[in-house]
Amino acid sequence: MSEAMLEFRDVSFTYPGDNKPTIDKLSFSLNKGEFVCLIGPSGCGKSTIFRLVNKLLKPDSGHIYVNGRDINEQKSYCGYMPQSDLLFPWRSVATNVRLPLEIRGGMSDAEMNDKINEALENVGLGGLGNKSPSELSGGMRQRAAFARTLMTGCELLLLDEPFSALDYLTRLNMREWLSEQWEHENKTILFITHDVEEAVFLSGRVLAADNYPISSLTAVPIPAEYPRTRATLEEAHMVEIREQLIEKLRKEHS
Amino acid sequence: MKKRKAPSYNLPAAVLMLILLMIWQAGAMKLDAAYILPSPIQIVQKLWDLREPLFKAHLPATMEVVGIGLAISVILGLGLAIVMDLNKNVEKALYPLIIASQTIPTTALAPLFVLWFGYGIWSKVLVTVLITFFPITITVFDGFKSVRTDMIELMQTFGADRRTIFIKLKMPAVLPYFFSAIKMAIPLSLIGAAIGEWLGAQSGLGYFSRRMMTQLDGAGVFAPILLLSIAAMVLVAVVGVLEERFVHWRNE
Repeated sequence: MSEAMLEFRDVSFTYPGDNKPTIDKLSFSLNKGEFVCLIGPSGCGKSTIFRLVNKLLKPDSGHIYVNGRDINEQKSYCGYMPQSDLLFPWRSVATNVRLPLEIRGGMSDAEMNDKINEALENVGLGGLGNKSPSELSGGMRQRAAFARTLMTGCELLLLDEPFSALDYLTRLNMREWLSEQWEHENKTILFITHDVEEAVFLSGRVLAADNYPISSLTAVPIPAEYPRTRATLEEAHMVEIREQLIEKLRKEHS
Repeated sequence: MKKRKAPSYNLPAAVLMLILLMIWQAGAMKLDAAYILPSPIQIVQKLWDLREPLFKAHLPATMEVVGIGLAISVILGLGLAIVMDLNKNVEKALYPLIIASQTIPTTALAPLFVLWFGYGIWSKVLVTVLITFFPITITVFDGFKSVRTDMIELMQTFGADRRTIFIKLKMPAVLPYFFSAIKMAIPLSLIGAAIGEWLGAQSGLGYFSRRMMTQLDGAGVFAPILLLSIAAMVLVAVVGVLEERFVHWRNE
């Protein structure tokens, strides 16, 4: 049990006004240090799972544990990265990244600046801190948003389709980049996507939301060593896993 | 990606303006009745002749009303917008009243204000505030409404409380709306001040214009009004410069 970073126990949730639940008695867990992709067709309730974890929604029943403790007893236990970067246009890149530190408080300006510079350096945006977000490319903005998420200092990161708005080539680069970041940051990542290839590339385990309402997630382990490259995806067993996942999701979707 | 627009001189507008002024000039010269229709040149001449009283006494008097009225309107407008944003019930209670207040023909009621508050400055300030606070309130309130929910939620996941969200997200997000509101409010406040002065005052551009009316001095009626327009344009331009400085992210 102590190994679990995130655990859902019999969680149910119905949106007010709906007569069918979106999440029905769902249980699953994430181990510490895992990179897990949550995959499913659009509108199946993947994002609802995220909103339950970061307390933007409250479950009707059941419990959610992070690091072995009920989330209702905790504050700032997960870092959330939304689909669009949501960098504030009136702040510079550096002050955007600083936002979670400012909100948490208890740090001097110098300490914050050190942390930010280091973070920007790590995500490959060293020296760009004074730029305005509008001066960055889409991929750079997402990296800044990722740095901002890291500043929450949480072990558990929730990434909600962070690359879906990027062009294809940038996506390819970004997923390799994210994979490296995960290896060296030692975080537990839950990553939402509807892109099967992206899921297979990134995760050690894929959780497929293949029923509605979501009452269980089908776990599919991805047996491949990190670091992975595009070539990894071409290996026969990887192709097979990918095809199986696509079949499974298509059946459910139709 | 910063694009700073070169100051654009609007040639078509200048040409049109010149043509209209020339038509006016020609018409006025043909009619030859300066007490009804003074020509533009006569008006400018009048402005020059009357520069002493206009610039030394009446413009400052009007600007005082505008200054006080605008300050009260900004405080009132921002205050209303903020409380409506903070509390849904307050919004429900106030919003219709604020809209309804705009159906009152302030001009028609203004004589009463003079009875209530006398010929002093406050009756004019009241007229100014009544027509100026509305665009500020509504525009700033719309600004609050337009703050993106996903940004608010992001702040919440960072552990921000309502106060922090207000200071770090809503205030900066509303700044462009605030500047738009001020730019709308300035001309209105000058009009408000002038209306107030028309109805009863001892000084001010509106008062002066009316006194010239009683003397059948057409150019004298127009001269202070021309000054009023120029004052509005200068003030709006000043606000525009401030906006450029503080809202550098607009349209990004």
